[in-house]
Amino acid sequence: MIEIRIHGRGGQGIVTSGELLGFAAFSDGKYAQVYPSFGSERMGSAVTTYVRIDDHPIRIRTPIYNPDFVIIQDPTLLNTEPVLEGLKPGGVVLVNTKKSADALSLNLNSRLFTIPAAELAMEVLGRPIVNTTILGAFAAASGAISLEGIRSALEHRFPKELAEKNLKAATKGYNFIKEMKR
Amino acid sequence: MVRTFMEGSKAVAEVIKLCRPNVIAAYPITPQTHISEELAQMVANGELKAEYVTVESEFAAASVVLGASATGARTYTATSSQGLLLMTEVLFSISGMRLPVVMTCANRAVSSPINIWNDQQDSISVRDAGWIQLYAEDIQEASDLQIQAFRIAEHPEVILPVMACMDGFILTHAYEPVDLIEQEEADAFLPPYQPQYYLTPKNPITFGAMLGPESYMESRCQLDRALRGSAKIIEEVAQEFKKRFGRFQGALIDTYFIEDAEIVLVAMGSVISTIKEAIDLLRAEGTKVGLLKVRCFRPFPREAINRALVGAKEVLVLDRAFSPSSGGVLTTEVRAAFQGMERAPEIKGHIVGLGGREMNIETILNIVKDRRAVGREDRFVDLKEALLS
Repeated sequence: MIEIRIHGRGGQGIVTSGELLGFAAFSDGKYAQVYPSFGSERMGSAVTTYVRIDDHPIRIRTPIYNPDFVIIQDPTLLNTEPVLEGLKPGGVVLVNTKKSADALSLNLNSRLFTIPAAELAMEVLGRPIVNTTILGAFAAASGAISLEGIRSALEHRFPKELAEKNLKAATKGYNFIKEMKR
Repeated sequence: MVRTFMEGSKAVAEVIKLCRPNVIAAYPITPQTHISEELAQMVANGELKAEYVTVESEFAAASVVLGASATGARTYTATSSQGLLLMTEVLFSISGMRLPVVMTCANRAVSSPINIWNDQQDSISVRDAGWIQLYAEDIQEASDLQIQAFRIAEHPEVILPVMACMDGFILTHAYEPVDLIEQEEADAFLPPYQPQYYLTPKNPITFGAMLGPESYMESRCQLDRALRGSAKIIEEVAQEFKKRFGRFQGALIDTYFIEDAEIVLVAMGSVISTIKEAIDLLRAEGTKVGLLKVRCFRPFPREAINRALVGAKEVLVLDRAFSPSSGGVLTTEVRAAFQGMERAPEIKGHIVGLGGREMNIETILNIVKDRRAVGREDRFVDLKEALLS
């Protein structure tokens, strides 16, 4: 089982990120579960979503304590929240920031990728909505979901035009990480 | 059958749509809100031909479905927590008038202190209202329960309201793969409601008339008998559902590794599947532990519980609701089920997961490990002593 924790701030669309990620895995032929962490959340407060992917039906219904992957949609959370807690050795961390991975100097036992998602999203969406760009980047960084799965998720979730735009954003994120890996 | 990936609330709303309710009345409350919003949207879009009555409170929502059901309509409502308690008076009227209303309860803690997270104090607090109560383990079961609920409620030998309970957030707001039945399959499983008695100007009758000391008690006894008798129908409907759709997650109860179990955990709702994970770990270490899932809390399946637990030495009950100064409600009832029996296991009560307190695999493992420390009084699990002083 692959366990993914998504950290963001209220208003950044991490519930949608979780839903899209789960649906992408589902349309890739896997079992998936998005487990919510809801509260009296407000715009700007720290929020978390948990996603599990497996080849078998998923029974456990709890938060994720030892993620294989951590997605951080807002880099300021690195200073204030225990977003890297419990990360498995050899895991992958993806941070939305203009800074390079080295510049973050996180000293991790895991692979770290950074992506300037707001800038990339602006080019396609005209608005700094980062979640679909990050989702594409996550697909490239982790291999846990495919870009084709993301396409299915977007087409399922959004009207045609919006799905197409967001697929462009996701593809930008995907290619950015692919380039970086090369 | 279509497999899809869906939020629990949406899956429930999709199945309710397939059930073709004539009248829906609901007042939004966290964590039920997505269910009522989805249904309102379906009605507004013309996908669901039902009268959706927007009301000013849960009291009104319950009153609307009461009245509509009395005219012979198939009716549905959904609520949580304070909303359910605000309905309380009407809940008793609905069962007393023998109206087959179906409700989804998205289980949530009760105020005060105000808390929007999950436990089962809301539905357990109305256990005496005369409704059938069923508890879902996952999103698939939560959606399957809805159509089974209508079949059970409207069965000529039952004619009682059914509350299909699902844990708030953990099931209402999670996304999981769900197999949804299609309209033709739903129509074949759930034909139109044919009420025996209903309000019509052509044949005036009275529902909920006054009964004095000479006959009120018999009316209450009839309700008791009807509720007890519904156990057979709940079983039949679950079996028929299995035959048609290939899915069965228990009728009155379900079990997991119980045959040779010395220790049996007893619980209701979404914690069941986490317990199964813990049992796999304990079994791998050689601990003979099993699970009894109570799927139907009303009617209380006393005989089924007796039979399932007959071989157990220790029974560890997990309660998500309690009666202050008395203890866990499920624990109390499981204990009572063994009253006067020659062979009774040792039954220990655990109050867990109130107001959304996490229950993970570790919680379950610790309950099994620490079981000898629990005496006659139920134990509040994972208490923070520092907050109590």
